[in-house]
Amino acid sequence: MENIISIKNVHYTYPGDEIESLCGVSLDIKKGSFVTVLGHNGSGKSTLAKHLNAILLPTEGEVLVNGISTADEDRLLEIRSTVGMVFQNPDNQIVANVVEDDVAFAPENLGVAPEEIRRRVDNALRQVDMYEFKMHAPHLLSGGQKQRVAIAGVIAMEPEVIVLDEPTAMLDPKGRREVIDTVTKLCREKGITVVLITHHMSECVDADRVIVMSNGSVIADDTPEKVFSQVELMHREGLTVPATTQIMYELNGHGWHLPLEALGIDECAKQIAKELK
Amino acid sequence: MLKDITLGQYFPGDTVVHRLDARTKLLLVIVYIVALFNSEGWMSYALVIAVTALSMAIAKIKPKSALKGLKPLVIIIILTAVLNIFYTGGTPIIEGWIITWEGIERAVMMSLRIILLIVGTFMLTYTTSPIALTDGLEIMLNPLKKIKVPVHEMSMMMSMALRFIPTLIEETDKIMSAQKARGADFDSGNIFQRAKALLPILVPLFVSAFRRADELAIAMESRCYHGGDGRTRMKQLKMQKIDAFALILGALFLAAVFVMKKFGL
Repeated sequence: MENIISIKNVHYTYPGDEIESLCGVSLDIKKGSFVTVLGHNGSGKSTLAKHLNAILLPTEGEVLVNGISTADEDRLLEIRSTVGMVFQNPDNQIVANVVEDDVAFAPENLGVAPEEIRRRVDNALRQVDMYEFKMHAPHLLSGGQKQRVAIAGVIAMEPEVIVLDEPTAMLDPKGRREVIDTVTKLCREKGITVVLITHHMSECVDADRVIVMSNGSVIADDTPEKVFSQVELMHREGLTVPATTQIMYELNGHGWHLPLEALGIDECAKQIAKELK
Repeated sequence: MLKDITLGQYFPGDTVVHRLDARTKLLLVIVYIVALFNSEGWMSYALVIAVTALSMAIAKIKPKSALKGLKPLVIIIILTAVLNIFYTGGTPIIEGWIITWEGIERAVMMSLRIILLIVGTFMLTYTTSPIALTDGLEIMLNPLKKIKVPVHEMSMMMSMALRFIPTLIEETDKIMSAQKARGADFDSGNIFQRAKALLPILVPLFVSAFRRADELAIAMESRCYHGGDGRTRMKQLKMQKIDAFALILGALFLAAVFVMKKFGL
């Protein structure tokens, strides 16, 4: 698979800051993959996200989206319609008083013809399962529903990548589930590349790849199984690991020999049962 | 308490009035206001009231919700009435009194004028979605772009303001509860003490509004917003036969009011 985003040795310092927020990050993101980025507050994960659609430009290094540098101002719209962004607070990214008008905002900005906008809006709302709410006022929806409207607003641009910057941080468990299910479906069924920034370990389990960031650098980058089996590293970073890994890690501390790669609940149970026989 | 504000709110519906083009409704409201301010006699007032009542009936607006919209302006209405009663010369109702028959008549007329003005404009926002309204305004003001008036920006700001009214009301309620929980008192003391008590609400409200504005700007940019150039619209405004009909009725109404004015009715 080809790379849709290439991050090449990116450094970034916020204006007025002395410490670098990103110090030399290099990553390639493959088309159609589901990537999660984990890290503490202040680890640089949100800063990294804002580099992916040219909201921030690297002070050093470059970010390529489909081979186009994000510093290329003439192709800004092309970059932003390729990489859609969903933010943490759903209230602050919904621009209209009616759900369908909000979803139409991005294609309207891109100058798409009215009939085509209608088609995209209906399509986007169906994909996030919010079609029946299209005439509702956004402020009367639940958090999870609002966030799904925000996702629909991004899908209406027909992007190849969706970057979600802690989309579940302000939601209750039900809303969180709704959002993650929607995003997973978009990735697996529609082939949209997903970059999910989060600090909930459970949201990383189904990903193709987990990237752990700390102090502006990537400190781990592998499949969820490989990343979470480095339990000491995760603990040192103040991050937890999924409950299954934690159980097996502690059992191993008591002389067991369980493979920490068994991440799923069924798989974990099977390994423990095997050891008990 | 704050949630009771119905002024400027849109209630989706499917009446003829709802289906009229936003531009038609804007023009009709202007016609209505001009007519209202040119009504001087009781006959013309009766006509304006009849037209208002009829439009409300067609738009299926309950008188109750229109009256609710008047609530915040009760003080202004009372003040206007009182001032007019005392400051109009003429024949006193009782020998030696300052209150005159003319004063009472004027007071009633002026209060009615304010009430009708509010109800009329209330009908516009009640039956027109904010997006259609700002779109209509933008198209109507388009010629001003030639003299460098930022028409698109103004209409975008207006629709954002309308969008954030419920969000900010919710936030104000939350802040008020938080401050009450910490012992703040908003309901006692004289007017100055009460005004001062509002400060702990306004400061956090403004701070959060600025933060919201910042986040919203980034979100809008992420969705390819780059000003009004090259923007299209999903819902095109379209003038139909019914709009022409409504505008002709509006013109007749205005003409009738002017004729009545000429004859002093």
